[in-house]
Amino acid sequence: MTGHMRLGFHAPETVEELAHLVGEAMDTRTPLEVMGRGTKRELGRPVRSGAVVSTESLTGVTLYEPTELVLVVKAGTPVGKIEELLAESDQMLPFEPVDLGPVLGYGPGQATVGGMIATNFSGSRRILSGSARDHVLGVTAVNGRGEIIKAGGRVMKNVTGYDLGRALAGSWGTLAIMTEVALKVLPAQSETRTVLCFGLPDATAIEAMSLAHGTPFEVSGTVHIHAELAKRFTDEGISGAGTSVTAIRVENLPASARYRANRLRQMLQAYGPALELETGRSRLFWNEVRTLRMFQKTPLPLWRISTAPSKAPKLVASIARKIEVRPVYDWSGGLIWLETPPLSDAGAVEIRRTLAEFGGHGTLIRADDQARAAIDVFQPLDPPLAALTARVKQAFDPDGILNPGRMYPGI
Amino acid sequence: MSHISLPAPDPSVLARRNDIVKQLKKLAPEASMISDQEGRRAFESDALTAYRCLPLAVMLPTTTEEVSKILRFCHDNHVKVVPRGAGTSLCGGALPLEDAVVLCLTRMNQVLSINTADRVARVQAGLTNSGITQAAAAEGFFYAPDPSSQIACTIGGNIATNSGGAHCLKYGVTVNNVLAVRIVMMNGEILDIGGDYLDAPGYDFLALIIGSEGQFGVVTEVTVRLLKAPEGARPMLLGFDSTEQAAACVGGIIAAGIVPVAIEFMDRPAIHVCEHFVAAGYPLDVEALLIVEVEGSEDEIDTLLERIGEIARDYNPVTMHRSQSAEESAKIWKGRKAAFGAIGQLSDYICMDGVIPLSKLPKALDEIGWICRKYRFDVANIFHAGDGNLHPLILYNANDHLQLERVELCGAEILKLCVDLGGCLTGEHGVGIEKRELMQVQFSDADLAQQMRVKQAFDPEWLLNPGKVFPLEGRKVQ
Repeated sequence: MTGHMRLGFHAPETVEELAHLVGEAMDTRTPLEVMGRGTKRELGRPVRSGAVVSTESLTGVTLYEPTELVLVVKAGTPVGKIEELLAESDQMLPFEPVDLGPVLGYGPGQATVGGMIATNFSGSRRILSGSARDHVLGVTAVNGRGEIIKAGGRVMKNVTGYDLGRALAGSWGTLAIMTEVALKVLPAQSETRTVLCFGLPDATAIEAMSLAHGTPFEVSGTVHIHAELAKRFTDEGISGAGTSVTAIRVENLPASARYRANRLRQMLQAYGPALELETGRSRLFWNEVRTLRMFQKTPLPLWRISTAPSKAPKLVASIARKIEVRPVYDWSGGLIWLETPPLSDAGAVEIRRTLAEFGGHGTLIRADDQARAAIDVFQPLDPPLAALTARVKQAFDPDGILNPGRMYPGI
Repeated sequence: MSHISLPAPDPSVLARRNDIVKQLKKLAPEASMISDQEGRRAFESDALTAYRCLPLAVMLPTTTEEVSKILRFCHDNHVKVVPRGAGTSLCGGALPLEDAVVLCLTRMNQVLSINTADRVARVQAGLTNSGITQAAAAEGFFYAPDPSSQIACTIGGNIATNSGGAHCLKYGVTVNNVLAVRIVMMNGEILDIGGDYLDAPGYDFLALIIGSEGQFGVVTEVTVRLLKAPEGARPMLLGFDSTEQAAACVGGIIAAGIVPVAIEFMDRPAIHVCEHFVAAGYPLDVEALLIVEVEGSEDEIDTLLERIGEIARDYNPVTMHRSQSAEESAKIWKGRKAAFGAIGQLSDYICMDGVIPLSKLPKALDEIGWICRKYRFDVANIFHAGDGNLHPLILYNANDHLQLERVELCGAEILKLCVDLGGCLTGEHGVGIEKRELMQVQFSDADLAQQMRVKQAFDPEWLLNPGKVFPLEGRKVQ
């Protein structure tokens, strides 16, 4: 039954209008596909909906106080616009959000702030600064009852009531539709230095990255790139190496960045001669990591796996015994981007089996519709967690109208 | 007793007390149980000492399985449970109820593993906050959130209130530093959430559990992130003859792209009390004092403090002094950390915990002074300026019932002011019973109903730590 709910595409211009629309959908039990600008629509399980509701018309900055490190922004605002604004005050989104646009067939910077939080894909700097979710200070959202709810606020510290705002991070629009988000931002560092090591086997590279990560030098990026994938970077020092590349980043005031990069090079001497990239080349490289340049050219299946860094090389080796994979290790090995061959299950059976053995979780980032419909895109949950997931879903969206089935069947 | 009331006890539970105690003992023979009146007396209150209540019984389990058995029994028999760590809550978060079993986790205080390769530690929930850092210190690592009570408070209690501390401007609070928990639900079910990796899959239950004030489940084991200790750290003192200048200077430092590891603020009364108590070397002729600490190598520290000094000059500081030695740095921090104790020697006090946007700091301090004068109380302000988390200490006489009632009204007015200025009721202490009735100042009915629905997804019968967080009236939603 869809009653008088107008099907098709809706992009409300006010939060009240959005609340009204969701209320109507609840009354008529019309499932809604929830999105920002749809740049991650090809990620996740396909949603069967009666109508699409987009936050793309809820745009603009409500408040930006550089001296308080606070940004309050409407959910439909493109991330690229926000980063331009922050750059004017030499500030940044500390969690360096991964820009999946280019690997999913869209331009860079197009994703919305709401989508960025709802998916919680943080970039290389996550190891130092925390995740997208960690930077959520508060949200305004519309729940599945069509009620406007607020959680958190716009101040740095807040334990008043439950942390519902942060809990919406990574919920893929299945609990509530965020309309406004307050974020903690940080000053951007003026100098970036990258220490590169070449030709390290995976396990050795993880060891080197962990060594660097375990120093007091506030390492803000550690990534190890498979030889074939390294070829796809712009910087000829990397693409022309003809071998795997391990990169370690420090960001700071110029003198500190130089001092720290120097200390890291000394520490990493045992791992072969190192090259150091100065700020310009460093930024180009890390921006390419962040937009997953290494996976842009070939539309092969792509996985994102989170595990304990020390387990990462064996986990990948175990998968590689059965299927041919090309890994990029970020977060000192804690995050693995894995390109797999175009198998009908995108490698899911082997990857899930290995994850069960080693611990961690995997998300299928890119695959054709057939594969996405056939396998679990998100890590399947153990029954007790699945039951809690269903109860929390029910607490926000009792009739299951928001993005039904996007993450898990029945949720 | 003043105007904060507790839910009426369930007479049928009180009538069955002897039977419940007997069965609990049988159920978990290894767990310590305290059922005599003298023993229970030790648990009748937390650090909000104005309120006390003798619990039905106290259980001190040593394993997750015991916690599970106890909770399942209480669930099946409709007995309420108040989880407790070290009892350092400043908001009555661990205040017992007459018809509730206190489940105290302090005997579960083991370090389970320190993994420096992956930079994580797994510990039992009853371990103290500083116990984690002690366990990791040999390898040069530490656990970042550092509430003032860190020697006593447990990591389980930190999870309940999402504790912060002086250094959270740089390192974040508890929710930013916990990777996994083992939690026992009210029905006895044991869940593992998260792991030894970053960002747990599915819904962010850690975000919900951390800061839920013991109302979602009982956490028995915790995996936290460890960080490598900095090469060095050193504070500098900046004294100003007005709070406006001090506040503007904080904004100036941050706007210049420097985020110090801590920026602490003290007003004149606080400076004088602390200096008298510890002889920390604070200037006495200033209205406001900032302790600004930075980290790094010796050279880096010098450069940063030099730069902060240059910025501060624009705000007409009366005194500027960089710590010259490790001893001096320790003294400067000793003064700050002894502040609550020092003031406690002079008088009883209640400590507020409101947060405001930094730009509203001068106005907030002005109004706080005015509100306290109206209620005829002295006030001292000591707080984390970088994040706008105020801690006005209102001095009163706890033995005077009329004063207790008046001081609570005074505190409530200050917290309402924080909300009006765009802030919130509590930045790190929690709501507990203390701020329960003020929740409607900050939240709409729909906001609170949504929170309560989430509570019911974890504990449908409202048996875990009831009577806290939400206004007593209007609980249970559909």
